[in-house]
Formats: sequence, C-alpha cells, structure tokens
Amino acid sequence: MVKDIFRFQGIISFFDEVGKVARFAGRFFKEFLKPPYEFRELLKQCYVIGYQSLFLIGLTGFIMGLVFDLQTRPTMIEFGAESYMPAMIGISIVREIGPVITALMCAGKIGSSIGAELGSMKVTEQIDAMEVSGTNPFKYLVVTRIMATTLMLPILVIMADAVGLFGAYLVESMKGGVTFQLFFNKVMNNLSFGDMIPSFIKSYFFGFAIGLIGCYKGYTSKKGTAGVGAAANVAVVIASMLVFVIDLIAVLISDIFYDL
Amino acid sequence: MLSNQQTLGNSNDHGDFAGPQLIEIRGVHKAFGQNHVLNGFDLDLYDKENLVIVGKSGSGKSVLLKCIVRLEEIDEGTLKVLGKNIPTLNHNELDQLRADVGFLFQGSALYDSMTVRENLQFPLRRHTERMQGLDEESLIHSTLKSVGLAHTIDMLPAELSGGMKRRIALARTLILRPKIILYDEPTSGLDPITSKEIIELILRIQKEYDTASLIITHDMDCARVISNRMIVLINGINYREGTYRELAALDEPNVKAFFK
Ligand SMILES: Nc1ncnc2c1ncn2[C@@H]1O[C@H](COP(=O)(O)OP(=O)(O)OP(=O)(O)O)[C@@H](O)[C@H]1O
Ligand SMILES: [Mg+2]
Repeated sequence: MVKDIFRFQGIISFFDEVGKVARFAGRFFKEFLKPPYEFRELLKQCYVIGYQSLFLIGLTGFIMGLVFDLQTRPTMIEFGAESYMPAMIGISIVREIGPVITALMCAGKIGSSIGAELGSMKVTEQIDAMEVSGTNPFKYLVVTRIMATTLMLPILVIMADAVGLFGAYLVESMKGGVTFQLFFNKVMNNLSFGDMIPSFIKSYFFGFAIGLIGCYKGYTSKKGTAGVGAAANVAVVIASMLVFVIDLIAVLISDIFYDL
Repeated sequence: MLSNQQTLGNSNDHGDFAGPQLIEIRGVHKAFGQNHVLNGFDLDLYDKENLVIVGKSGSGKSVLLKCIVRLEEIDEGTLKVLGKNIPTLNHNELDQLRADVGFLFQGSALYDSMTVRENLQFPLRRHTERMQGLDEESLIHSTLKSVGLAHTIDMLPAELSGGMKRRIALARTLILRPKIILYDEPTSGLDPITSKEIIELILRIQKEYDTASLIITHDMDCARVISNRMIVLINGINYREGTYRELAALDEPNVKAFFK
C-alpha cells in the first residue's frame, strides 16, 4: 500500500517535471522572437559549444568509424559481401551512428557544462544580479545557449560523419586495398537524400533537447553546491535519454515515409 | 501579533531624516507554500538615511530585499519605492526603477566568466542613458577608483579576495548612480579588519554618491557604526524599531539576543 503511494507519487512528479520542462520550452519560443537579441552572446556560445567540441567529436567520430569497420568486416567477408562494406558503413554512420554518438557525447560534455554553469550562477545569485541590472537573464543565458546547441549540433554531426567515414576508409584501404576514390564513390552512390535529410533534421532536435535540458536543470537548480552537482548530473542523464527517445520517434516517422 | 509591534520614541520622529520618503512598505505578506516568511511587515526609508535590519538567519531578510526590487512577488500589502507602486509596474518601468535601486548581493554575485571591466559594463548595456555624458571607459575607471580597486580592471573574479569582490560588486552597483542601495549582509564571510574597511567604504560612498541605504546584517559592530535607525525582524514583522542605543538598552530577551 505504502509502496503503491510512493510509486503513484513518482509518476505524478514525473509528469509534473515534464510539464515544467514543456513550460520552459514554451518560454524559450516566446522570448527568442522578442527583441533585444543577444547576438554577441549567441556567437560566443556557438564558439564555446561548437568550436571547442570539434576535437572531442572528431576523435570519437574517427574511432567510431575505425572500430565499426573493423568489427563488421569479418562478418561481411563471411557472407561474401566485402564489396558492400563502404555502402553499409556509409548508411549506418550517416543514418544512425554518427548523429547518436555525437549527440550522446554532446549531452555529456555540453549538457553538463551548461547545467553546472547556470546552476552555479543561480545559487550565487548572478542570475538575480542580471535581472536587476536590466538584462533579461532568460534571453541572455538560456535563449542563446539553446539556440547555439541547436545550430551547432548538426554541424558537429556532419563532421563526425565525415571523420568516421574517413576512419572506415583507412581500415578498408589497409585491409582490402580500396582506394579513396572508390570508397567514397561507393558511399555516395548508396546514400540518398532520404538517408541524409532525416538524420540532419533529427540532429537539430538532439541539439535543442541537450540545450533545453541543460538550461532547465541549471536555471531551476536548488540552493547549495549539491544542487549544482545534481543539476549537471541530471542534465546529462535526461538529455542522453531524450536523445534515444527522439531517435526512436525520428526513425518511426522516417519509416512511414519510406513505406509511401 | 500586531501588539508586539512597537516603535520606540515618537513614531513621527525620524531624527534628521524628515526628507522625502524613498521606500514605503505596509503590511507586506510573503509565503513560500506553508512557509510564511513575512507576515505584515512595515518599513519606511527616508532620504539620506541608513536603515539597518537585523534578524536571525532564515528570518526572511534577503526575501524582503528581493521583494523590494521584485525579484520575488509579494502576496499582499503595499510596496512603494520612489513613489512607484512596485507590484503594478510594467517591464520598462521596472527596469528604470531597478536602475535607481542598487542591490549588493550576499555573496557579491560577480559574473565569474567576465573580467572586472565586463562586470561593470554589464549594467550599462541597457542603461546607456545613465552614463552622464561620460564615455564608458572613464566611467568604469572613476567608479573603480572610488572603491579603491582601479588596478583590478582586467582581472577575473576568481583572482580577487572576498573583500575585493565585495568592493567590485559595490562598484558595479554604483555605476548606474542609484538613489537607494540595498546591502544584503555586506560584511558576511569577511574577517573583522576587512569588514571594517567595507563599513568605512559604505559610509564614504554614501556621502560621495548621496544615497540612502537599507542594510541587512548580523554584524552588530556594523550596525552600530552605520545605522541611523534599526529594525529588528522577528516572525516576519518589524518586531522593534529604534536607534542602536535605544534597542541595546531594551530589556527584552528577543532583542537582547542580538546585542550580546
Ligand atoms: N525562492 C524560495 N523558495 C522557497 N523558499 C524560499 C525561497 N527563498 C527563501 N525561501 C525561504 O524563506 C526563508 C527566509 O529566507 P531568507 O533567505 O530571506 O533568509 P535570511 O533572513 O536572508 O537568512 P540569512 O541570514 O541566512 O541570509 C527561508 O526559510 C527560506 O527557506
Ligand atoms: Mg540572506
């Protein structure tokens, strides 16, 4: 009985939280259209979120392509389908692995840093100080960060895709003697817009979700240093989970279009 | 409960401070859920006056200051600052009013990703009309000079001591030339010598910039030196009012506890 009540309250507080995040997102859309626009801060955040993640995303993308190729090669050879390697790798990376791995890395790196930064600004009253000095902190801090993650994530995904394919090419050229030209011809011939556009679109949603959750958790963080840690931690967990949920929804939707 | 409220001496006697009334608070209530923080609080602040509020930790002193600049909304009562009715101000009016009311936050609340210069620039972004024809750089310099820290202009808050942070925060407040300054525990967390320096600075600034001050403190030395008048905040009401001497002479356990 007591357990049931706890479970029930857990469900209620889950939906309560979902409602609050939705309201936070609503506020984002309301405020992001209204002037004054914080262009300088947006550019700075694009730099911090995009440029400063290039190395991390590049490296993980490269290893991802390399490992993926190494792992699948033996099976493909067994089936006598070695020549399909570039096509299979290309489609897998562009449609699924590139976006999801990039988004997960960004949830970890960017989601936690936004959560911690805004959380500590909140508990040290820096957000209040902004508010009384005439700058809308929601616009200055939240809108710019969510926009920056939304704009930067697709770019990072494209880079991860490219570097990942390059990693796979290295394996193919060493193990199978495939030339660069042949590899990329095969990749491109087998990739259609139907592969690229949905994954490009879902990358925007990944970016939006990561920025939204990081900002929400930081901006509403509880007092005390423990609150800041919790904000960063929970932001990563929820943002990563959302990445999978969005991915599932995106795949279901694009599946409908394939059937048409 | 109201019978507990009592003003010492003649309630119309504000000593030398019969000037215009800057803040008028009447019967203000504020609760967070079941936590009733302010229960009909009254306060008057007159021109050029230093009014000190003392109260236990958690008694709602910070909440009171935040209500004055509408970082928190009051539940009921009258709250007028510089003749304006705070709860009904629109967005622009509120921004203008907030520029007239400086707020020194409990932990200084400097923006820790910005240099001292950028911290001081921040309030000017939306209040260029307050630069009195000066260019930004010389305004920042002269304000930093008046808190004695001109050499820190390119430093980050992390490189400053607690006392220096407090001074920079004061400079950031002063840069808009406010008419009233709200100090939330200006000496908390500082050693006695630095506290004394801050107190002297506050008194000097007050003369130089011609402001009225509302000061929250636990520090009775600070209260003795600074106050023209004091309010003891207990149970969300102004429990006793009077000068430092009058209150110190009171034979009442609740009040005596502060003066030991
Ligand atoms: N945003 C908030 N939400 C809920 N409760 C709050 C909020 N802000 C303050 N409180 C509660 O209001 C009460 C008064 O808090 P306040 O910060 O004003 O205390 P204080 O007198 O400034 O204490 P201190 O001397 O420790 O700074 C506390 O019980 C606090 O928990
Ligand atoms: Mg306080």
